[in-house]
Amino acid sequence: MTASDVKIQVDKVYKIFGDRPDDAIAELRAGAQKTEVLQKTGCVVGLKDIDFSIHNGETFVIMGLSGSGKSTLIRHFNRLIEPTAGRILIDGRNIMEMNAGELLAFRRNGISMVFQRFGLLPHQTVLENTICGPILQGMNRREAVALGMEQLELVGLKGFENRFPRQLSGGMQQRVGLARALATKADVLLMDEAFSALDPLIKSDMQEQLKDIQARLKKTIIFITHDLDEALHLGDRIAILKDGELRQVGTGEEILFRPADDYVERFVRKVDLSRAMYAHEAFTKVPVLTSTEATPERSAALLREHPGVVVTNGVGPRLLARGATGEAISVASVDAGAAIGQCFPLLAAHDAIVVTEGGAATGMLTREMAFKALARSVRKA
Amino acid sequence: MADNFPEFFDTRGLRFAIDDGFSWVVANYGDMFERLLMPLLKLLSGMETFLQWLPWYVTIAAIAALTYSASRSLKATAGAAIMLVFIGALGLWNDAMATVALMLAATVVAVVVGIPLGIAMARWDGLRSMALPLLDIMQTLPIFVYLIPFVMLFGPGKIPAILATVFFAIPPVIRLTDLGIRQVDSEVVEAITAFGATPRQKLFKVQIPLALPTIMAGINQTTMMALSMVVIASMIGAGGLGYQVLQGIQRLEVSRGLIAGIAIVFLAVIFDRIAQSYGRRAQKHLASGE
Ligand SMILES: Nc1ncnc2c1ncn2[C@@H]1O[C@H](COP(=O)(O)OP(=O)(O)O)[C@@H](O)[C@H]1O
Ligand SMILES: [Mg+2]
Repeated sequence: MTASDVKIQVDKVYKIFGDRPDDAIAELRAGAQKTEVLQKTGCVVGLKDIDFSIHNGETFVIMGLSGSGKSTLIRHFNRLIEPTAGRILIDGRNIMEMNAGELLAFRRNGISMVFQRFGLLPHQTVLENTICGPILQGMNRREAVALGMEQLELVGLKGFENRFPRQLSGGMQQRVGLARALATKADVLLMDEAFSALDPLIKSDMQEQLKDIQARLKKTIIFITHDLDEALHLGDRIAILKDGELRQVGTGEEILFRPADDYVERFVRKVDLSRAMYAHEAFTKVPVLTSTEATPERSAALLREHPGVVVTNGVGPRLLARGATGEAISVASVDAGAAIGQCFPLLAAHDAIVVTEGGAATGMLTREMAFKALARSVRKA
Repeated sequence: MADNFPEFFDTRGLRFAIDDGFSWVVANYGDMFERLLMPLLKLLSGMETFLQWLPWYVTIAAIAALTYSASRSLKATAGAAIMLVFIGALGLWNDAMATVALMLAATVVAVVVGIPLGIAMARWDGLRSMALPLLDIMQTLPIFVYLIPFVMLFGPGKIPAILATVFFAIPPVIRLTDLGIRQVDSEVVEAITAFGATPRQKLFKVQIPLALPTIMAGINQTTMMALSMVVIASMIGAGGLGYQVLQGIQRLEVSRGLIAGIAIVFLAVIFDRIAQSYGRRAQKHLASGE
């Protein structure tokens, strides 16, 4: 990764709510926990020593439970909230050093935002709401209207431009929110739980739409959610936040299969188990040979067409996976009816495991297969 | 006989000092205050002259039209017209117009001063924490207390009457402007800020329009309080219907007091209905997005 790939850099940011921020930061640096800081200084720790960067054109998801500081963090990128300490660089520029005029210009042209409860102006039409950014930029009305109509068409709201927000369903209102954010042509898009208030079906529609739009526009999107499935589906990388602290930043696969600590692991496991997704939906059938049939030549031939070969010898199935050298090795096996979540601990220990149906080995499951199936299922839901 | 409360010190000196101080203020600055407040007097006299000059049927038609445009109810409109005719028929037209003029002038001043104060309170917490107790006191003080300082400064007349009315009537519009602006959905305000609105744009494009129903409720209460004050204000020379009530009491003419009292009630009903209907319409407009 080169320096120019970095769009946003968050540099040791702290946010303290309360009257004694300096004392609170000193306590934190001395190792105090959030609750101790509250007891000793009366200050609420919003964010603690947040340090990461976001790449150009990526969809970066920030995930965490309610109260973990997600909204606080995302509001730092357009300075709706100011950090107590630390810097935020966007395109290499420290946004904390912008004066009032520069900040206005930056908010108008450089960054836009979609809100959880939409944040639409109730007394203005859909079109007026959509063009509020361009009008604030100083664009003339005719151009702004043309641009607004274009954005509304993009989000599938053509014909609704003269309605008022209250006359639309939640999903449609959020499309207006999205159109409004896209209309400014800013290349950073902030989305604070933008889809959390929507029904599941509408939500997955909106996710698909966002992916389509993103494939075309290649914006830098910072997307907040408390929903792991949504995070896995949308995010190029995911950050996990707990009590204002960053626990892990990584790709979906890394978060699922290499959780950085107990918290992330529990977070991941809980959400996965709750989704009824089973091994039979994820695994691949592979040839099953007895140990006498499994000559090196025959195995090599089969491996050209299949990701692996299962070898049974009466004791337990062994697996010869493509790319692995040497002999079939003894690996764990799971029943095809097992939840994917149950497979994770096994997959953490082995690259691939054997899947059995009615007691007989029939196929194999790799980390990649499990992950892809999960992504598929999220899309379906 | 109960013991008298013991006299700890001689209060006469203190009272003399206060009286002298006050006389000194009046003697040295009375003229200045009076000159400063000339525009107020002009506003009030102008309104009174205008309303009394306007032919009664024009006034009735205008108030009926206002009622209709606010309430869209023929019944309410007819009611307002009938009540006004009744007031005229009782021979109280000019007094009623003087009362309306005082009420309107006081309301206009209260609104023009009160809304900016309310906005300032919503913006600055420090100001709010100072202003709230003050408003609490203003709203619990007995109505007569408002008269004392103004009469002492200006002597009986229209200026103290309108000033006392403004002070008495202003708290609701300040309070409800502050409340209305604070109650605006914070996400909507955040949204417009995130798209680069200046504080002024935020105020005029979002906060005031969305707070309008609440502000209207404040204006409504202020109007009603101004109307209730005009009877008292008439004691210090404001004239109008209140003066008739006062005369009724002083001369023990029950009929005079009663008739003027009814006329005041009618005016209250008419203006309350107009103000309330406007408030409701503003609310509905927001709720349905019409
Ligand atoms: N203005 C504020 N004053 C005091 N505490 C706040 C304020 N805003 C947020 N917090 C606290 O900061 C923490 C994070 O809040 P938030 O960012 O809204 O979480 P999330 O969006 O993840 O649910 C919470 O403990 C919350 O109570
Ligand atoms: Mg939040």
